[in-house]
Amino acid sequence: MSVTLFSPLIAVLGGVWALLLLATAVVWRLEPASAVKGELRPRIRSWWLIVALCSLALTFSRTAALLFFALVSFLALKEYLTLIPTRRTDRRVLLWAYLSIPVQYFWIHIEWYGMFIIFIPVYLFLLLPVAMVLSGETQGHLRAAGSLHWGLMSMVFGLSHLAYLLVLPQAQYPQVSGAGLVLFLLLLTELNDVAQYCWGKGLGRHKISPTVSPNKTVEGFVGGVVTTVLLSALLAPWLTPFSTRDALLAGALIAVAGFFGDLSLSALKRDLGIKDSGNLLPGHGGILDRVDSLTYTAPLFFHFTRYFYF
Amino acid sequence: MGCAALRLLFFLLIVKPFLLLAVGINVRRRDRLPQRGPALIVANHNSHLDALVLMAMLPLRALPRIRPAASAEYFLRGRWRAWFATRVVGIIPVTTRGGGSRAGVLESVREALTAGDIVIFFPEGTRGEPECLGKLKSGIVWLVEQLPETPVHPVCLSGLGKVLPKGDWLPVPFFCDAWVGKTLRWQGDRSGFMVALVASLAPPEPRAAAVREGRI
Repeated sequence: MSVTLFSPLIAVLGGVWALLLLATAVVWRLEPASAVKGELRPRIRSWWLIVALCSLALTFSRTAALLFFALVSFLALKEYLTLIPTRRTDRRVLLWAYLSIPVQYFWIHIEWYGMFIIFIPVYLFLLLPVAMVLSGETQGHLRAAGSLHWGLMSMVFGLSHLAYLLVLPQAQYPQVSGAGLVLFLLLLTELNDVAQYCWGKGLGRHKISPTVSPNKTVEGFVGGVVTTVLLSALLAPWLTPFSTRDALLAGALIAVAGFFGDLSLSALKRDLGIKDSGNLLPGHGGILDRVDSLTYTAPLFFHFTRYFYF
Repeated sequence: MGCAALRLLFFLLIVKPFLLLAVGINVRRRDRLPQRGPALIVANHNSHLDALVLMAMLPLRALPRIRPAASAEYFLRGRWRAWFATRVVGIIPVTTRGGGSRAGVLESVREALTAGDIVIFFPEGTRGEPECLGKLKSGIVWLVEQLPETPVHPVCLSGLGKVLPKGDWLPVPFFCDAWVGKTLRWQGDRSGFMVALVASLAPPEPRAAAVREGRI
């Protein structure tokens, strides 16, 4: 990963900081009494933290970025395992599940694609139930094995695709860096969330999924997709090797996948009877509330990019 | 003591990094915790980590004056364990089994409070089932009757019984919560004090409901 002072990555990151500064100024100038302000202030503060950490991780070194994403996977898995019911007999098994995180990111570090892509879906899928069986407890086996694997697939396997973008071979596209691809995906996924929220707040009339997430509207969804597709076309020449047609497709893919990632986690929270997944990011909730869309966009965007370009 | 430096290192290099990375504790109303002694911090008890978590919640400069009251039978067994518990962690050993008048058993705790220490006290007397508050023993009432001026800071801990439950030695990472309740003071009313204490040590209702329904 070579990052020079005037690389497109730095330029786009600069744009993100400028955007955040603008958003902060707008939120601070809202009427003091408005309810939106109370909701947005802590959220903006957490955005500063997220943007600062991501900027550091993406510009420092490839290893730093891998460690950062491994940490995000760990926090997300820990939050998930804190939320769901777990059996006391599975304590050792949960520890094995946590230990799979450094291993999964190690496969990325040594660029062993074959192992990266089957380690969790095949080997852990087979091994963790064996560890559960060895404890002798059969009551709740399917629920325990199923829910643990769902968590690993989303929080470790899914999110680690973000990190594999860092190491995709790039010799054929000298102007494109792995960190640039990660930034492109992160930025579009998060801006899609923000755009859907804003369009929904402004024009939202028709609920799109009243039982799962009553705040989501058809207007918010459509507005989000259009915004994200346009942003993708705008950013792709800077950060990706995509043609214009593929940039539009990637934008649509990220917008739709992000929407369903968000809904999928909402359904989980509804099932568990909770509102926020945690308290790690004031104004957002937990870390799962922030990475929910990414668990869908990262693997799908990764395979789109890898299939057509690498 | 002579081991104040060891205790500081133990907390700075082991306890705090471990709690930050492997556990992650969300403290609500930290401002209600005492800054200096004499003070009693009382909490529900599910894990060996409870005392360390409560010690780590206070500012480092208070560390030399924090003393958890802990079972003499358990922590004084074996030379090294006894040395570590009394010298590094700084426990006040309390005999929990085999009779003895309350005055005799808790006298050392009373002395520590009189000397101006912050004492951590688990009124259940022992570690119970995770996420369930056991029956409180009467020792806490005797203590505050003896020292009615001492403020009592109740803390409800949740999740540590999952991280390191009774009977296991291997911690498993989970996020945990700590709710610091309103400071209680002895008003001369036994049952009123116990009711207030139980209320502030029991987990908040949504959490309790989740436990009842087996969702956690």
